[in-house]
Amino acid sequence: MSSVFIAFQATEESRPIVEAILADNPSAVTVENPGMVKINAESSLTIKRRSVEERLGRRFDLQEIHLHLITISGHLDEDDEQLTLAWKN
Amino acid sequence: MQIDLKTINIKPLRQTFDHLAARFGDKPASRYQEGTYDLQQTYLFHYRPTWDPDREVFDERRTALRMRDWYELKDPRQFYYGTYTITRAKQQDTADGAFEFAVDGGLIEALPKAARSLVLEVLLPIRHLEWGANMNNTFISAYGYGTAIEAACMYAAMDRLGIAQQVTRIGLAVGGEEALTVAKDAWLAGAQWQPMRKLVEDTFVLKDWFELFVAQNLVLDALVYEFLYTHVDALAAASGSSFFGLVTKFMKDWHLETSRWVDAVVKAAVVESAENKALVSGWVSKHSAPSVAAVEALAGPVFGTGATAVVDALQRKLAGRLTMVGV
Repeated sequence: MSSVFIAFQATEESRPIVEAILADNPSAVTVENPGMVKINAESSLTIKRRSVEERLGRRFDLQEIHLHLITISGHLDEDDEQLTLAWKN
Repeated sequence: MQIDLKTINIKPLRQTFDHLAARFGDKPASRYQEGTYDLQQTYLFHYRPTWDPDREVFDERRTALRMRDWYELKDPRQFYYGTYTITRAKQQDTADGAFEFAVDGGLIEALPKAARSLVLEVLLPIRHLEWGANMNNTFISAYGYGTAIEAACMYAAMDRLGIAQQVTRIGLAVGGEEALTVAKDAWLAGAQWQPMRKLVEDTFVLKDWFELFVAQNLVLDALVYEFLYTHVDALAAASGSSFFGLVTKFMKDWHLETSRWVDAVVKAAVVESAENKALVSGWVSKHSAPSVAAVEALAGPVFGTGATAVVDALQRKLAGRLTMVGV
């Protein structure tokens, strides 16, 4: 099975997002690099707005991830509630 | 010449402070955790305060409530100084924008008589209640236990001062300086305001800070805010002017946001033990009746025959919230 990944800058603000991803995606594993957190997952990876909000304690617009995003790999499927990376082929 | 860029991954010896590692494990802590947990002194106090020689400066016995860990009373909004000021600064900008729009757009001159009297006679005297809420939250912040509740109450106190100023600003714009004097006279002598004034003044002498938290932030605020910014707001809007809703939107949003914190605090206290639950339930029923009566006295002249329906709706809403937090 092919894997997808997403990488964030390792900052205070990106930490709740990373925690939310790890909680929502059982297959997700982090690779910590200097200044960067890369998250690999089998076949698909989802960021849920509600999970991030729970950890952040405020409203969160999924587009805010672009302030911390470094790179992604996978086909993107996003709306206001969630963002999913997967290989759909 | 070729230069190879190599990165070296330096593992920090520790991820966070020891007291946070003991609570959450050795991983990076959030700013809220760093700025909140275990900051208040709990032992090695200096001499006892002369105004209360039986207790320490910070003492758990200033409330009948008992918590194993006072940091369970945490803030779901995760406000520390930074997030709090940034959030409120943004809201202030929005509120200023709405206010200027209302003033420049001629909404005050076009204000129908009914909506004008709602602003001057129902909203404006509320600045005195807001000041009372500022006093009460400052009291909780001073005599409470644990930074989690102390800090959040200080923020709430500043919010209430801000709301009092916002209400004053609305009153000044609509009725000028004399409107403030008239509103103060109404607060001091107007028959419909006396139950509310008595209630606010009675809360000033409550000594148990968690009882005060329940009386002010849970019971009274739930009734007053819903009354003013839902029911009176709807009445003002029905007169054909959006002025009231426009300039009080901050208060409405603020109450929604703050209720989340109040509910979380009360819920945490109630699930701690059956004793706490009984205590909080007792405080709720002790303060519910006078609060409802005070709002009823205000609703009468405003809604006339519809007042009973409005007060019933307020009580149902409060009851729903109480069930949700487990009281």
